[in-house]
Amino acid sequence: MPLVMAPSESSRAESPVLLFPSSSSASASASASASARVEAVVVFNICDSYVRRPAQAERVIGTLLGSVLPDGTVHVRNTYVVPHNESADQVALDVDYHHNMYASHHKVNPKEVIVGWFSTGFGVSAGSTLIHEFYSREVQSPIHLTVDTGFTRGDASIKAYISSNLSLGDRQLAAHFQEIPLDLRMLEAGKVGFDILKSTIMEKLPNDLDGMESSIEKLCTLSNAIYRYVDDVVEGRVAADNKIGRFISDSVTSMPKFSAAAFDKLFNDKIEDNLALVYLSSLTRTQISIAEKLNTAAQML
Amino acid sequence: MANPAQAAGGRSFLQAVSTVTEEAPSPLRVVQMEGLAVLKIIKHCEEFAPALVTGQLLGLDVGSVLEVTNCFPFPMREDDEEADADGANYQLEMMRCLREVNVDNNTVGWYQSCLLGSFQTVELIETFMNYQENIRRCVCIVYDPSRSNQGVLALKALKLTDSFMDLYRNNGLTGEKLREKKLSWVDIFEEIPIKVSNSALVSAFMTELEPESPVSQCDFDRLKLSTAPFMERNLEFLIGCMDDLSSEQNKFQYYYRNVSRQQSQQQAWIQKRRQENMSRKAAGEEPLPEEDPSNPIFKPIPEPSRLEGYLVTNQISSYCNHINGVAGQNFNRLYLMKGLQEED
Repeated sequence: MPLVMAPSESSRAESPVLLFPSSSSASASASASASARVEAVVVFNICDSYVRRPAQAERVIGTLLGSVLPDGTVHVRNTYVVPHNESADQVALDVDYHHNMYASHHKVNPKEVIVGWFSTGFGVSAGSTLIHEFYSREVQSPIHLTVDTGFTRGDASIKAYISSNLSLGDRQLAAHFQEIPLDLRMLEAGKVGFDILKSTIMEKLPNDLDGMESSIEKLCTLSNAIYRYVDDVVEGRVAADNKIGRFISDSVTSMPKFSAAAFDKLFNDKIEDNLALVYLSSLTRTQISIAEKLNTAAQML
Repeated sequence: MANPAQAAGGRSFLQAVSTVTEEAPSPLRVVQMEGLAVLKIIKHCEEFAPALVTGQLLGLDVGSVLEVTNCFPFPMREDDEEADADGANYQLEMMRCLREVNVDNNTVGWYQSCLLGSFQTVELIETFMNYQENIRRCVCIVYDPSRSNQGVLALKALKLTDSFMDLYRNNGLTGEKLREKKLSWVDIFEEIPIKVSNSALVSAFMTELEPESPVSQCDFDRLKLSTAPFMERNLEFLIGCMDDLSSEQNKFQYYYRNVSRQQSQQQAWIQKRRQENMSRKAAGEEPLPEEDPSNPIFKPIPEPSRLEGYLVTNQISSYCNHINGVAGQNFNRLYLMKGLQEED
């Protein structure tokens, strides 16, 4: 049964939504140290659900799952869509669906709890306060993530907010949404390689050697760039930057220094180890094929 | 809940699709995965590693391409009846919920994590047979979390070959049948190439959010020099498998020895019976039959299944591949180091 949320008093409907960007100085006191971190899978899921939204729907909303790290950062790790209906002055949210889905997710990973909700679109809209109120009952101080799937401002803006109510006595003045810093580095996706996540189609997954090749190529271009930079600085074409200089010197000195003989020994030992391994695996393969031949021969008896 | 008319409509559509594919069965050539499914699989497998987890793949079967557009994880398995029923409920509930938000509601297989590529087990084959009964095309996506910190995306799409499935269904995994069909251990699994696709929206977002960085975490991982722990474990597993293989082979030797002993016993028995019959003939009596099914020495000895041995061989071969691959990369890294050292 969907929960229909409508502003209970007429005054509430008019209550404005106050939106503060994170840079505003007035906000510094309000949002203590809250910040959020979002994994790539969340962005992917939100985009996918937006693509698959019902025909008339203008936006999709859903629940964010994750955990609160010890330093107060909200780590959003998972998400699911919740069907909803929006009209001019009311929002209907399928609460049963929300609870069923949460129970299912909880079975798989009990560590992920509700941390907030997301909506597509830019910024916070009037209906959002009602939904935010609902999530405030589910969890204390939920975060609100907006993903601008329409690119209304011409860039991919993903923002996180926390909300508080501004009230004077019993009278609700406004819902106050405070933007909080959002970490979009997506460390876990970095392991996969962004190449496969950026392109619309990737014909083939890179295998071991392809990956190695591209890594070494990257290394080559990087060291060439550094050579060029150093040469330019030495010849006075580019102004020297102490920071970069120190960084390069740190990287160069981080190389352990070996005597030629010691390095040769180390190198040859390693090469021999690896050759031994390759030999062993070829031997095993030969053994397997001989074993197979012998087994077939045994069947002839 | 979807209304019944809608469900019926869905079914007839499915039937329509299945009749079309039955007319022109084209072999499965490519598995096309959405980035979302890839990320979800990796997330689930990495979070629970080294425990092994599974989940279901959802998508569409389009001619020779199997599209995997979404997936959902299964809860960790507990071994009792109640949990089993729970698991089935969970699966139905999840499918229903996902259908409501327009996710493809068609099972195309399952995914599972594995440890160092040791996925070739009897359970995998049984699961395959179960799935195959219900869906014509299914794949198993295997992800190996232990290789991800080497900068390798160890994602594989597998299916069983048709000839193997035929034999397995008819209990034909005996030496004679396998020889007849020329089925060797390489013919059990078939690896299907994976394509990754993303919607334009996702692609736009990722391009915006992730500035073109010269290096990524996986480049660092790939150039790491220490691969010893990985190699050690690979070798350990390899040795274990070799032991298994030799015990499998012993089983067969034992079987053949028994068979030949039985044959000589049979020969001796028939010889004796013939002599007896000769003397009975001389005495004018009816000869006794030359076969006696009730005699235990005529009972055929059951042949042990070849499956186990074949699977172990498959595992050994995948360990060998890993070792060769990593050793090859090690050569690259070492020569890179050497170049660096000499430049100084």
